Amino acid sequence: MRALIFVEHSNGVVSENAFEMLLLAKSIGAECHGLICTGDAGAAQALGTQLTGFDAVSAVADPTVGHYNPEAVLIALKAAVETQAPDVVMTSYSTAGVDLAAGLAVRSERPMLGYVTDLELNSGGLSATSQVYGGKLTAKTDLPLPAVTTVMPGARKAGSLSGAAPAVTMLKPDLSGARTRVREIITPDNSSGVNLGNADMIFCVGRALGGTEKLPLAEALAAALKAELAGSRPVIDAGWLPKIRQVGKSGTKVKPKLYLMAGVSGAPEHLEGMESSELIIAINSDEQAPIFRKAHYGTACDMFQLIPALTERLNSGNS
Amino acid sequence: MHIAVILRLNPVLTDELELTEGGKDIDREWIGFELNPMDDQALEQSVLLKEAHGAKVTAIAAEAEGGERLLRTALARGVDDVLLISNKKDDDAPPPSSRARTPLLVEAIKQVKPDLVITGILSTDDLYGELAPQLAACLNWPQASAVSDVRLDGMVLTVRQEYAGGMAALIEMDLPAVIGLQTAASPPRYVAGSKLRDLLNTKVPEMEASAEFAEDLSEATTLNLPDTSGGAEMIEGDAKSVAARIHEILMERGLV
Repeated sequence: MRALIFVEHSNGVVSENAFEMLLLAKSIGAECHGLICTGDAGAAQALGTQLTGFDAVSAVADPTVGHYNPEAVLIALKAAVETQAPDVVMTSYSTAGVDLAAGLAVRSERPMLGYVTDLELNSGGLSATSQVYGGKLTAKTDLPLPAVTTVMPGARKAGSLSGAAPAVTMLKPDLSGARTRVREIITPDNSSGVNLGNADMIFCVGRALGGTEKLPLAEALAAALKAELAGSRPVIDAGWLPKIRQVGKSGTKVKPKLYLMAGVSGAPEHLEGMESSELIIAINSDEQAPIFRKAHYGTACDMFQLIPALTERLNSGNS
Repeated sequence: MHIAVILRLNPVLTDELELTEGGKDIDREWIGFELNPMDDQALEQSVLLKEAHGAKVTAIAAEAEGGERLLRTALARGVDDVLLISNKKDDDAPPPSSRARTPLLVEAIKQVKPDLVITGILSTDDLYGELAPQLAACLNWPQASAVSDVRLDGMVLTVRQEYAGGMAALIEMDLPAVIGLQTAASPPRYVAGSKLRDLLNTKVPEMEASAEFAEDLSEATTLNLPDTSGGAEMIEGDAKSVAARIHEILMERGLV
């Protein structure tokens, strides 16, 4: 069994998800190969030294993939798959993973399974557990090999394995045909003074808030708590709160002492951004909401009655 | 400039989900369906591009049920044309996945001949692969997912691709291309019920695809309701008593 893991990195540091996938692949006894795409050979070598526990590492070092380029990296990944013939290709459930896995599956004529949280060996290949329908259901799939997967962040607790990092083998696929170019890298704008990443307490509202006319209720509770007000992706997409206040996969990852949330279902993309919070209290009228599997405390009480009641309680208790 | 926007129906996830016997599908008898929220963003972005650049927009769907209503909504929102792909799958089978539908959608795209295809980055049931990268792979077009801004300049497209931690990049692609949209430049617009009623009798053109559904792993998948044991300690009662308990928890932890 051989696994090829697409290794993401940022600012010269290998992403945690590479080690999570490594541990998942090791749990099924796989020989683990890593693939790095970066701008030059020096950067590839520096990243390679971080990959302790991998059995082999290959790299594509080319200015075209100096920053993540969806088309060029797909060409590089497909070339690595053709060279190394892995039984299972693993990408994280990230922007790159979404770009790459399904496209690779079609181009390499392999089956693909997304949102994977666990893998086990079975007689014909692998048995995979996935999340589906926004995390409300799990799916068990007999996965024939060879296959392509996207693995949910947190599928295994990241941790490096002992041993030396393997030497990096350079691959030189032809990337000249890419019709995609990276023009500018954009870093988060923190000029507003909002920094959810440093907040001790966060009150997050979800789609069930219903609209901006209900925002004063949420703002009053956030003020009573002395918490930062945050929103899930639908709240930001609807324009009810600015992007800087988004928690989740495409927003900010947070780890506050208190994460109070109302009307947030707990889709995997949101959990990825807040599941390490020290205390999670969830308010959601849907008792099947996946957030109740992660929260420490929960209530199905109507949020529009509870939010003012809690605000009043806090204000009277704090005075 | 011609844009095709692909629209899908999704179950309403705030409804309680139940499984069919054997766990091969959710019980669709009593559950509501809505335009996939990510496709809703794709629809809005397509109409915004039409308004900014004079592009023509064609909405395409491949739904066995509800497709006509879905596409009439798209017309009300401002698309120019619609096309419904006849869905020939066995009535008793679960609706085909994004992976299964891809060849039919590719056939429709080749008929419509757009310069740009936009769809939502994901649908909550696309377990066997998201649609945008699969369409791009079949068409051999460039693709980017998690897109939140789309700019057109002739036959060059610039998109903002979002990454974890609020990072992003501006990515330039030669057209034709496919994008998996995460967020439109402005929220989906409201459409008055009267506008929808005016379109009730509008005929939605259909095409009979000659392509077959692609194989996926749906036959090898069983759905389960997750084990909820070990989850949150639930606080019962009216708003006042729940508020009191939450306040107590916060005080115990020294948070207030």
